[in-house]
This record gives sequence, C-alpha cells and structure tokens, in this order.
Amino acid sequence: MKALQFRRNLPRYAAARMAGSLTPGRGAAAGPLKLVDLDGPQAPGPDWVQVRPRLSGICGSDLATVDGRSARYFEPLVSFPFIPGHEVVGDLADGTRVVLEPVLGCVSRNLDPTCRPCSNGHLGNCEHTSFGDLEPGIQTGSCHDTGGGWSTAFSAHPSQLHPIPDVLDDEAAVMIEPTACGVHAALAAEVPDGGVVAVLGAGTLGLVTMAALRAYTDSGTVVATARYPEQRRQAATLGADQVVAPDEIRRAVRRITGSRAIGAPGLDETPTEGIVDRLTGGADVVVDCVGSSTSLTDALAIVRPRGRIVLVGMPAEVSLELTPLWHREIALVGAYTYGIETLPDGTERRTFDLASELVTEAGLGSLVTATYPLARYRDALEHAASAGRRGATKIAFDMRDEKERLL
Amino acid sequence: MTGHLAPRPGFVLDVDRNSPPIVFHHGEGFRLEKLPPGRSRVIYPAEPLEGLPDPDSAIREALLNPIGESDPLPALLRPGMKLTIAFDDISLPLPPMRRPDIRQRVIEAVLDLAAEAGVDDVHLIAALAIHRRMTEDELRHAVGDRVYDAFAPDGRLYNHDAEDPDGMVVLGETPHGEDVQFSRRAAESDLVVYVNINLVAMDGGHKSTATGLSGYTGLRHHHNVHTMRNSRSFMDQENSALHASNWRMGKIIRDAGVKIFQIETTVNNDTFGREGPLALLQKREWEWSARDRMQFLGMKAGLDVMPTKVKRKVFSSWQAPYALTSVQAGEVEAVHEVTTENVYRQHLVPVEGQTDILTMGMPYICPYNVNSIMNPILVMCLGLGYFFNLYRGRPLVREGGVLIMSHPTPWEFNPVHHPSYIDFFEQVLADTTDPVEIEKKYEKQFAEDEWYIHLYRNSYAYHGVHPFYMWYWGSHALQHLGRVIIVGGDPAAVRRMGFQVASTLQDALEMASDVVGPQPTITHMKNPPILMADVT
Repeated sequence: MKALQFRRNLPRYAAARMAGSLTPGRGAAAGPLKLVDLDGPQAPGPDWVQVRPRLSGICGSDLATVDGRSARYFEPLVSFPFIPGHEVVGDLADGTRVVLEPVLGCVSRNLDPTCRPCSNGHLGNCEHTSFGDLEPGIQTGSCHDTGGGWSTAFSAHPSQLHPIPDVLDDEAAVMIEPTACGVHAALAAEVPDGGVVAVLGAGTLGLVTMAALRAYTDSGTVVATARYPEQRRQAATLGADQVVAPDEIRRAVRRITGSRAIGAPGLDETPTEGIVDRLTGGADVVVDCVGSSTSLTDALAIVRPRGRIVLVGMPAEVSLELTPLWHREIALVGAYTYGIETLPDGTERRTFDLASELVTEAGLGSLVTATYPLARYRDALEHAASAGRRGATKIAFDMRDEKERLL
Repeated sequence: MTGHLAPRPGFVLDVDRNSPPIVFHHGEGFRLEKLPPGRSRVIYPAEPLEGLPDPDSAIREALLNPIGESDPLPALLRPGMKLTIAFDDISLPLPPMRRPDIRQRVIEAVLDLAAEAGVDDVHLIAALAIHRRMTEDELRHAVGDRVYDAFAPDGRLYNHDAEDPDGMVVLGETPHGEDVQFSRRAAESDLVVYVNINLVAMDGGHKSTATGLSGYTGLRHHHNVHTMRNSRSFMDQENSALHASNWRMGKIIRDAGVKIFQIETTVNNDTFGREGPLALLQKREWEWSARDRMQFLGMKAGLDVMPTKVKRKVFSSWQAPYALTSVQAGEVEAVHEVTTENVYRQHLVPVEGQTDILTMGMPYICPYNVNSIMNPILVMCLGLGYFFNLYRGRPLVREGGVLIMSHPTPWEFNPVHHPSYIDFFEQVLADTTDPVEIEKKYEKQFAEDEWYIHLYRNSYAYHGVHPFYMWYWGSHALQHLGRVIIVGGDPAAVRRMGFQVASTLQDALEMASDVVGPQPTITHMKNPPILMADVT
C-alpha cells in the first residue's frame, strides 16, 4: 500500500521546523514525512477491519506536525512511525462507505472496564490514550498500530466507523469529522439565549463552528474574524452577522455589546481614551479557533466578566497575560473532538450524528476546495497551509484513483 | 506680491505650453504637476485683502454701532443680568491664527463693556456643538490668557456639552418639524453675545447659535443627506437647505425670547504669510523667483524624506498671520449679510463654464483635524464636502465629471479625537458607501453609543455621529460626480471609500478618460488660500 509516513527523526524534525517557519507547509519537503510503499495494515486486534480511504482531509493539527510546530505535550501520546490522517471517508471490504470517528478510546484499546469519560460517551476525554492493546496515540493518524487516512489502507475498530447514506457525497462526508469538532465547540460554549458570540478565525474550524452555533444554540449576534475575502464570504454565509478583520475585533465587539473600552496604559502621558485595548463589558462567549497568543489575548480582551472562552484551535506554547482571567472571573475551556452531546433542550445525541446532519443542511461539503493525490503531498500541504490566502478552505488527499487502492 | 500694491483678485489661468508646473497641496507635502496645455486652467485665489489698520478700534466701533435692529452693546448690559458669551471653536480659523486670536480681541472688548456696566454673571462657552472639546492650551489660544485665567478656574469658561441632560433644552419646533435644541445656559441668559470668525461663506448667521449651541437632537434635522443634497451649494446661502434650516431654527430661538447680539468677523487670505517658509504657496508659479524655486525644491525634498509624525508636528505648528478685514455686530441676519459680502470680497473668483475634470490638492488640515490626523473620512469631507461646494451658481465640474484629489490618505486615525471614525471606517464603509443607506442603517446606533458619548463629554472626542456628518457633507458631490480618484492615496483606504487610487496625476487623468473621454477639459482649484468659484 502507499502511505505518507511520519518517522521520528530529530534532524529532519528541526529542518521541518525551520522550513515551516519560512513557508507554512514547506515542512513536508524538509521534514520526516515521506511517501512510502508498505505492506498492507496489520489489524491490531481480532475485531478490527480494513478501511480504504477515499478522501482524507488535512487538518491544522496535521500541518503543525508536518511543520514541526506541535507541542511536546503530544510526544508520549503518539507512537512512531505513524501515518497521519484522521478526517476520513473510506470503503470497507464489503463496499460500505464509512466515515471515521478517529478517537482511540478504551473500547478500541480493548480496555474493560472503560474509564469514566468513555463510559459517559466522552471519548475525547479518554484517560487511557497510551494504554491497552494499542501503542500510544490519541487518534487514528497518530498511532503506529492503526495507520492513518493519508494512505490507501488502514485499520479501524468497528466502534470508530459510521456508515454514511448515499445522498452524502465524499466531499460532504469528509467534512463530518471537522464539523463534529465545531458542533462540540458550539455546545461547549454554553451560549446564553440571545448571547453575543465572537468566533476568532474563519478557517475550517471557525466556519463549521459558526454553522454549529447557528444550528444548535440560540446565539444572538455572532461576530467573526476573517483574514481573507473568501473566508469573509463563507463566514457570512454560514451565520456570522458581522465579519471583521482580526485587528478590528475589539472595536466590533464593543460596538455590538455597547460596552465601554479602556486604552492600554502608555509609558508617557499620551492620552489613551478612544483606544480600544480591552472592553469593560464584552461578548458572552468567545470561541477561539486560532489558538495563538494573539487570538487568546484578543479573547480575554473582548469577553465579558464571567464570560466564557472556548479554545478550539490547537495551541502550542503561548505567552499570555492571565490577569484578566482572574480579575474578570473568565472561564477558559478547551474543546477537543467529540462524543455525546447534551443539546439545550436536554436531549443527548452523538456528535457525529449532529455533524452529519449539519453537513447536509448547511452544505458544508462545498468547503472542500481542492484534492490532491498522495504523490503530490508537498503541493497539498503547502496549499493547505496557505488555504485562506489562496481562497481555499479544506484541502484533502484523494485516494479514489490510487493504483494500490484499486488492486 | 508686495504690500504697497493693491491686492489682485482671483484669477483663472489658461494653461499653455509655457505654463510652469503647478503646486498641489498633498497632505503634509506637495506635488508639482504639469497640466495638459490647451485644455486646462488653474483658478487662483485672490491675494490677501489689506487688514483693518486698528482691529481693536474697529471692534469697539462695531459694538457701539450695531447693524440692524439692535441697540449698541452697552445699552444691552445692566447689573444683575445673566450674560453668555459664546464663541467659535477650534475648527476656526484654519490654520489657527497667530496671537492675539480675533476671539480674544472681541471677547476682551465685550468683557470690558460688561465690566463697565457692572455685569457679574458672565459665562463663556466654546460653541462646539458635537465637535471635540478644546484643550486648555487651545482655549487659552482662542480667548487669551487673561480671559482664561479670570473665568476658567471657577468654571465660567467651558466647552459646550450637548450631551449634558441638564444642560440642554428644546426651545420649540420649526414649521418643518425641526426640534430646536439649545444650551440651557444660553437659553436662560438675558443676552447671548456670539463671537464668530467667518472663514467661509457657510459660517455664521443663525448657524452660529442654532448649530454651535445645539446637539444631536437638533442637528439631525439639517445635518443629513437630504439637506446636503439640496444645498447647491452649502456655501451659497441663497441656495442652501442647510442655511434655510438654521434660519428657521434661528427664528424659533428668537421667538423663544433668546436675545442674541451677533459679532462677526472676517479675515483675509494671508494663510501662509507674505514671508517665511510657506510664503510661496501664496505666489503664482510663473512669478516665482529662482530663490523661490530653490526654496520649494529644498522644502519638498526635505518633506519627502521626513517621518510623517515629524511632518505633522511641523505643519501643526504653523499659525496663520490672518488679518481682520471686517467686523460687524448687532442683529444676526443684518450682520451676516454684511459679513457674507466681506467673505465674497475675498473669496469669489468668476469662472466661465464647467469642466470635465476638477483637480484639487488637499492640504494637511481641515476643520476637524486641528492638532490631529487628517484621516480618510476627513479627506473625503474636505474634498467632496468643503472644496467641491466652494461654488456659487453651478459646480465647477459638470454632472458626471471626475474629481481628482491629491492626498496621501493614510489609513490612520487619531483614536482620542476620532474614535467613532475608526468604527465608521471599519464597519460602516465596509458595508456600504451610500449616504442614504448609511444614514438609515447606522446613524442612530453611533449617535446613541454610550462610550462615544462618554468620550465626547469627558475626553477630547468628536461625537459618535460626527463621521456620518462628514460623509453626508460629501453626498451632493457623490451624487453629482461620475468618478473620484485620489492621487498618491493609500490604496486600501481609498478603495474602502469607494474611490479609485492613482499613483500619478497622469495615471489619474488616464483613468478619468473612461468617464469623460480622451480630451477632457481640466480645471485645477488652487485652494488654499481659500477661493470660491462663481461659476456662470
């Protein structure tokens, strides 16, 4: 089979970091990611099945890995070499089309009894991600034993697979996993009825989160930041009432909430009135789909006292002034993956089911802008890393015509 | 230009092959532009009229010999009365004039008479309507240290506050349904003395009080798109809906029993001085000496490499040596009629026929960026509002013609002075540049925003609604013109306003040919010093 494999190789890791810092996505050429021919996947357990990917998306966390920007936090939670790719629509041997719910919880690790989060359906919070029958790996795509979606075949536990109806084409299906992240984030936001929500970032995660906020919460005004024209257009289409440039978000939230503002204290007597450094009031909820020092600083500046910041974008090390978090009693919560959600009316649904419905209703398949064969992985990753600037949203690998898959 | 010769009137130069390049203002800098010969003309302002030889005597004479149905000022003053002296704010004159400011001269004369009459209850109010508050330095400059030190410390000299709920009253409603909102102190005074500097024909008259001592509730009736589109132009009182509305309000103020003694003054065109570094801006280019040319080129080269902040500081420090050309006092309308004649005497330049393309060099200053930054909205307002409307009869440029302005137009704002401008630029203009749509969709939100109101009242911010008025000011031009091009502007800022950007005048003329054809007529309005085109 053909696969993009990521090996532990510190010199190449450093080279990827260097190349990725110069040109995002360029780490693919300099780093430890290689296109390789391998034997077919070995099932890690008796129940496991083989999945032949049709499309496999490129996620922001994948790009961080390729460019050497991932946090060292993940080192004990992955096993080398691994094949990335966790946003997958593929075929089973019997021709059933499935999407992958990539989280590797207790069930797929053959652990019994399962940990408490897994028992409650919160697979993303599994306490045993480096234990059990599998090598470490929080998801398919970071675990040596399972393989991953950037290949012509990988192994999956049946509990990870969701058959999809024929009405959902591959492009729509490959959007279900990232959309599930957005749904989970939107519900984790606990938006009060009519509440003002600011969504920072209009990449894939930002856009699907906006759609989820509109579909599954009673958000009032949603204001979003977008850096590029196509992102602005998409954000407005998917439910943002206002879309502004990232450096305009503080003023925008101030206007929307009728808050007052405070200017940054200077070193001299220069007046600061009229400068919007931070708000005295602010948005009820900020969903940070970027995860940088800048975006988190913005989030703290624009969320109201006792407001809530949901961190969806994967951060690495950030530098952050936390005094406002303490002083204004702000809740900062993470939103990672999915599982079982409790809707505002109290009903419980699987996140993937909600995401699947949302992808259909909001037409999120259209966010898949370009696909590449595995052989052009360098182009694909550079395209994904500059997606916004190039008018794209989701870039995916397309294995449907791969020779090895057709054998 | 020499002092002993009679000042020459305004002049229209037909550009030929021998005409020298023309100096265009370009923010805190200049451009030298060669206009196409045979189809271009340049309108030059009149040279500065001679100032009154003894301004203080002229002022006292005016107070003692009022115009219209008014007693001399001393006859209106009595012990125990409540007297309010209101005066024009930092927006006049432009640039600020050298000390002593005319307001200081007039106010000192009025206060002398008040003191002689035993009037104790005197308040002085900077009639700024919804402009920013004046700083202590600016107030001192306007009224003089003696007046400031006598009245400011105990709160009798202050800035008008149109958002003070206890400080404003509604005096009535005009037959057109316009609320007349007014300063309570002024309304409850036995006499309001208004001290004006009439720089352009729009200033003065009932507008001094009906606008200067009013607030948003009153201003919205004439500071709107409908009024501005129906003022042809707002500099021509006979054809200005803005003027008519203020006059209707003035009648309501009068009928409400508010007694106003109006003092109006005019200044000459000595904006840049007869000597000194900027003097050549008042000379016609073909009359420049070799020394002038060297001086200009040196100045331009220096400015071209100077950091913007330093340039702003240099230009902001310039104070015009304006001379008083007339002072008249008494009943508002009678006074203003004479004032207007004196303004026209300095500014009007007869011009025959309209042009396909009107070019303007935009200077570093407008009424709303004194000691501040000329942000893009102010560039629009100065060009499409003030300069475009400096006409009587017909606009200088034909309907469907092109306006080409020269200005760096940086995407830059003074957040202390113009906080709501930033939001207007970021939110409103990102949505639409249509004044009607803007007025309908956004005005109320900005006008009632608590933070803007707080900053207007307590800091030095223009009121939240002010950028809207700037945009409305250009609405007649926006409706009239086929295209607006800004030479040397910041592309993003220019495009945000719906205009086109060109790097050179030649490029701009090329772009304009799409609208006006390949051989258009071109008229350059060489302003400032100020001119007003009398177009037949």
